[in-house]
Amino acid sequence: MSDPKDFVAGMDSNARKSPRRVVFVTRRTSAQVKVTDEDQVQTYPELLFRAVVAIEVLAMALVSMALLFNAPLEGIADPSHTPNPAKAPWYFLGLQEMLHYFPPVVAGVLVPGLVVMALIVIPYFNINIEAEGLFVKDRKRRVAIFYAAAIALCVFLLAFDVLVALVPTLIVAAFMLLAIQSSSQSPSAFRRYLAAKPLSFWIMTWFLFELVVLTAVGTFFRGPGWSWVLPWRS
Amino acid sequence: MAKTIANYFEELRGTRVWRSVFRSGTGSSTLHRSLAIQQNVFLHLFSTKVRTRMLSFSATWYLGTLTFGTFLILVATGIPLMFYYHPSVPQAYADTKDLQFVVSSGLFLRNLHRWSAHAMVFLVFAHLFKVFYRGAYRPPREFNWVIGVVLLLITLFLSYTGYLLPWDQLAFWAITVGSNIASAAPVIGNKVHFLMLGGNVVNANALLRFYVLHCMILPLIAILFIAVHFWRIRKDGGLYVHQSEPKTVAASAAAAKGAQ
Repeated sequence: MSDPKDFVAGMDSNARKSPRRVVFVTRRTSAQVKVTDEDQVQTYPELLFRAVVAIEVLAMALVSMALLFNAPLEGIADPSHTPNPAKAPWYFLGLQEMLHYFPPVVAGVLVPGLVVMALIVIPYFNINIEAEGLFVKDRKRRVAIFYAAAIALCVFLLAFDVLVALVPTLIVAAFMLLAIQSSSQSPSAFRRYLAAKPLSFWIMTWFLFELVVLTAVGTFFRGPGWSWVLPWRS
Repeated sequence: MAKTIANYFEELRGTRVWRSVFRSGTGSSTLHRSLAIQQNVFLHLFSTKVRTRMLSFSATWYLGTLTFGTFLILVATGIPLMFYYHPSVPQAYADTKDLQFVVSSGLFLRNLHRWSAHAMVFLVFAHLFKVFYRGAYRPPREFNWVIGVVLLLITLFLSYTGYLLPWDQLAFWAITVGSNIASAAPVIGNKVHFLMLGGNVVNANALLRFYVLHCMILPLIAILFIAVHFWRIRKDGGLYVHQSEPKTVAASAAAAKGAQ
């Protein structure tokens, strides 16, 4: 014979927001909320409308740009006449800047190959999932490793005379030093923010800095013979 | 009472022809709105509902949407550009000149295509970093991140192959510089270089190969991966929000609290 109080029935009262749900909880199991229901809206029209507006704003911006600025077109391709400097498309100029310092097999094959591999494996390593502040646990050892890695990297870049890549490295290292000095009890919000940042954050931020600086230098500051030029002087 | 545009639209949606095309039918009930997504071959890649929080600009900066927007613009401008272009030497350059000076709106089409291409490369990178900093690559979304990296590479190849097509000095030497990097790879470098260009230097063969890749093969691969990328958002439980995330995050947070 079933006990009339063997289960509890509950109902979400807002039928417009979520489909009606009936919940049965038997006595022998314990009811607990694992995930609280989030506010949801219909994809059509709420999301689609916003997406269309976003794309239209983008289209307006690009159309204005197309009306104001002409795409470059130089003389016909001439294999016997090499321009100086011959530059790759802008998104490869970071690589081309590195080709200036390292042999092609390193700058052109090894580095981009490693970057792509590193990007692909990010979500498959627990260290990137846990997202705990880098210097929270096992502090002494991690600080020592940080110093060793940062100094080794700086010496390596100095040895190859890659000052362009050294600057972002030093900036990120300076912020990491600040993170070491900070904790979740720090008075400044920025330092608490730094203290909570995991290893993957620091590596990616360093990569982002290098990417932006190397690409910008290759695009704007390199002239004939890959020498330094100022973009506003040419 | 005067009819509003909305009334006319409702009427249109009620017509026999409209209803024969769209399976969801009229009405603005939650059911009909769900059906509008579910019963459409393209839209059914998306979930019928989204978390309200994900609509805010700050959550995503709409970078994925905008990247897709540039892709649409590139397809829309690329097809008319193809009508005026022959992938042969030296006709390719003459055609580009004609687009610049003879074809009506040719200059505008080419400008829009080029700036949108640059914008797409930039937006793909921006999207990658935004997703990373939100931590949205976490399980169960690992594989969608990998698809995203593949799409980044496809975007770079699309842009790179398009760069050669005007067949001007800028294009020729950019591709020469870029393709020389490939030949630096050990063992297979020269073979890859030869395969890519259809010769040892950038010439008419390279132009034809880049044209076919740019207008045909790479866009098709891109569409395929974009479709999977969108579909996986739904399958992996919608766009990433911190609270509904797996136990690993919650567990490590709890462990950290316990340790203090």
